[in-house]
Amino acid sequence: MDLISILLGGLASGMVLFIVSVGLSVTMGLMGFVNLAHGGFAMLGGYAIVLAMRHWGLSFPAALALGFAAVAALSVVLERALYARLYRASELDQVLFTIGLVFVMIATVTLAVGPESQRVVLPAWLDGQTDLGFIRYRTYSLALIACGTLLMLALWLGFERTRIGARIRAAVDNRRMAQSLGVDVGRLFTITFALGSGLAAVGGGLGAEILGLDPQYPLRYLAYFLIVVAVGGLGRVTGVFFAALLIGVLDFVLKIEFPKGGTMFIYALTLAFLLARPQGMFGKRGS
Amino acid sequence: MSAQLPAARELAVRHRLQWWEALPWAAGIAAFFLFPNYLAFGTQVLVTILFALSLDLVLGYAGIVTLGHAAFFGAGAYTVGMLAAHLGWTEPLSGLFAAALVAGLIGLVSGWVLLRTHGLTLLMLTLSTMALLEQAANMFSGWTGGFDGMPGLSFKPILGLFKFDVLFFRTQYLYALAVLFACFVLVRVLVYSPFGRSLTGIRENLLRMHAVGAPVRARQVLAYAISAALAGVAGAVFVQATGYVNLAVLGLERAAGVLIILILGGYGRLYGAFAGAIVYMVLEHTLSKAYPTAWQLGLGLTLMAVALYARNGILGLGEALRRRWSAR
Amino acid sequence: MTFKSKLTLALAAALFAAAGASAQTVKVGVVLPFTGVGAEFGQQVDRGIQMYMKLNPTAFGPYKVELVKRDSKNPSGAEAKTAVQELITQDKVDILTGFIYSPDAIASASLVTEAKKPMVIMNAGTAWITNLSPMISRVSFSMWHSGFAMGEAAAKIVKAKTAVVGYTDFPPGKDSLDAFKRGFEDNGGKVIDAIPMGGAGQVPDFTPFFQRAKDRKPDVFFVFVPAGDHAVGVVKTYGALGMRQAGIKLIGQGDITQDIKLQSMGDDAVGLITVHHYNADLDNPANKRLVAAWKQEYGANATPDFMGVQGYDGMAAIAHVVTTLKGRVDADGAMQALKGWKFDDSPRGPIMIDPLTRDIVMNEYLSELVKVNGRLVQKNIGVITAVKDMCKELKEGKCKQ
Repeated sequence: MDLISILLGGLASGMVLFIVSVGLSVTMGLMGFVNLAHGGFAMLGGYAIVLAMRHWGLSFPAALALGFAAVAALSVVLERALYARLYRASELDQVLFTIGLVFVMIATVTLAVGPESQRVVLPAWLDGQTDLGFIRYRTYSLALIACGTLLMLALWLGFERTRIGARIRAAVDNRRMAQSLGVDVGRLFTITFALGSGLAAVGGGLGAEILGLDPQYPLRYLAYFLIVVAVGGLGRVTGVFFAALLIGVLDFVLKIEFPKGGTMFIYALTLAFLLARPQGMFGKRGS
Repeated sequence: MSAQLPAARELAVRHRLQWWEALPWAAGIAAFFLFPNYLAFGTQVLVTILFALSLDLVLGYAGIVTLGHAAFFGAGAYTVGMLAAHLGWTEPLSGLFAAALVAGLIGLVSGWVLLRTHGLTLLMLTLSTMALLEQAANMFSGWTGGFDGMPGLSFKPILGLFKFDVLFFRTQYLYALAVLFACFVLVRVLVYSPFGRSLTGIRENLLRMHAVGAPVRARQVLAYAISAALAGVAGAVFVQATGYVNLAVLGLERAAGVLIILILGGYGRLYGAFAGAIVYMVLEHTLSKAYPTAWQLGLGLTLMAVALYARNGILGLGEALRRRWSAR
Repeated sequence: MTFKSKLTLALAAALFAAAGASAQTVKVGVVLPFTGVGAEFGQQVDRGIQMYMKLNPTAFGPYKVELVKRDSKNPSGAEAKTAVQELITQDKVDILTGFIYSPDAIASASLVTEAKKPMVIMNAGTAWITNLSPMISRVSFSMWHSGFAMGEAAAKIVKAKTAVVGYTDFPPGKDSLDAFKRGFEDNGGKVIDAIPMGGAGQVPDFTPFFQRAKDRKPDVFFVFVPAGDHAVGVVKTYGALGMRQAGIKLIGQGDITQDIKLQSMGDDAVGLITVHHYNADLDNPANKRLVAAWKQEYGANATPDFMGVQGYDGMAAIAHVVTTLKGRVDADGAMQALKGWKFDDSPRGPIMIDPLTRDIVMNEYLSELVKVNGRLVQKNIGVITAVKDMCKELKEGKCKQ
């Protein structure tokens, strides 16, 4: 009983990490753009979702859809107007830009809404506990696990089975070749960026119950998102999925066995893993 | 092929001292007299310049991108702090050497292990190393004071003559300035030495350096270790000047902050550390006094503007303007 | 906010200046996190300060007070120290106040001793801070006030025999553990397990720690986490694991039922027993007045909490200093005025500054959370009066002078 509840708990927080980080992995793999503001999109999405539920009375699923659409739209505007100018710039200029953007996002939210953290009020059907027969577990965690898995399958199918998915995969693996074959990489990136940011927004809203939601969110969890992406391998949906779950579960287990060590072990394991396998779980060698 | 010639020519020209190189130091001394009430802030700026300078050695010259440089800053800081608190060793100058030694050693070992990788992987590895040290400092809070830190550290007068000035930070400021000068001379000599030139070669064209038979890995690790030692010195001066150390010296905020500052100022240009630190910190300081709640907005917009319009940072902008001027 | 408060002050001052005596302006430096992780708390203390000025416009007599606010940004101590240094040398303030995080107060101690400026702490709760400088006084709390009282109450009132302690692994958490253990075991109880639950930096998932506590089957589970989001997570996890049904009572210091987070805790929080020096439901005239004025000024969903009250009482202390010294604030005079200062009209009941330790002496209220008309309300079930900081009283560990 213990083992299963530990597993479920770890899987749930792993799922949140996955949903937020998958967009970052694909955009970094696709365009090589270091977008440290990714957590900011998650935060903005979370706020949009919470505020829509609170002030317009939207239901949770409707608010999630709204959050996705709103942040995706915003990201398209930002991408076309600002990000696109830095594609040829050095990684470090991209870092400078995106950190500046995160500051602006944090400050805007603090000024517009306030520095307090926000709570999501879960609908009744997601609250409380569910009886699975062999165990009673928190309903919301179970829902997260289900959601995350479905999303992973949907994304995987999308990448493996559709034309556009094939194009994205081609562009990630070898951009020049894909361009010379006629793939419009610029447009592809806008679409992928919008999708990734929209997913981050949904992740921000879904994860608010576990990770919290306040203006400091983007910087607090940045390291975790980056670790998940690095360990999973750039541009690999399945990689990010398993990396996120692994980190989620390990974090959980270690906290029980060694409460004093805590997060130290995440970093130690990341070190060990990346040293043994620098390209990440499913990444290509030499990427 | 053609990309290499201008770089070589520039290096040859830059080897000689330029007259304007005396300006930052003159400004530093002038500030001492012009802003007697802001010397605590001034000391923080000097410490940050030294820290950014150490980062420039690995980032600007050896081309290694790291998000974990605060690990060495913190190592130096805690060395001095723990020596003072637990062993009563409060002599400042020897403390600097101890800090440099400890930080340099950690840099040597971690560099040897980590510099096999590059890109995002290396970035995450440097971040993880630093975070590991931070957690360790928290775990052994009996030694390090943990979150609340070690207060009330006081140090013997420098050279037995100059007492640390608790309120006005006069001694601390001049001390930091002197240490910065010494370290800067070291870095400058290093950068224009054959060792330094090989670092530039490694940064510009790794493949060719391998082909030429240069000991690439060894050079990188050595540069990393020296940079770590310097960062440790910065951390040591920080603790000696403030009389206080806590976990924040090992935090991501400090590591990311110094990276931003260096990029802002212009990396690979030695004085980028000066420009970046001064502009960033003065801007942050004045903005946060005027708008205690909204200063992050102004700062963020500034960073975005610089990234978009001034490639290579402030110094890069200066160079571009100078080139346009002389092209007339 | 700043502009508004300055305007209000200027108007009040103009009225009184017309009446007579030449008064010099007393400058008070306020060091709070206005940005960053502590911004929420900085805002509460700031509001407490504003509320005091608003509800007590004559408290400063004919003397003008100017607030100089500085952002302490992050809890590293270094920013606060620089801010304090400049407030002293450049802005030439007479009194320093604020200080949410202990590192901020700890780092600044040597400065105020050297410069001889009184420092009135409005939050920072590490017990031995007041020993760092004779210029430091505190109107807020130390972990030992409520921790020890909770231990005592758990043994004597709740009649628990065994307890498991869960605490966030940083100095205030360890303080609370030590304080509770001392209070509990001095009164016949036994702490059977102490579980560190991650750091103060981010809110961990409490499930593994609470599971471990549940397996030990104690009478009570005493939890200390920093005020803020940690507290909400604690309550949710307690409910999710069905610990109440398993017969384990959840008790803690009032940090876990901070008023600004209370309503978002849900039904799992009902039955929670806490000890604290303040909650918004306290039934006394000063508090009723504060809560009403607060809601009117900041919105119906806003509420004062223990940090807000600390800001309020801090200004009361400063007002006392200013009026006693007739607008000419000097360090020794200020400390004399503060030592033994009594304030019976505080929203948290009667308080006093202990002349020996310069720390606060106040009531600790034992409360149980109940649901009334769909809202979570703190029901008072006991009071321990005139509680001192037991760490310094018993000369425990680092509290030895």
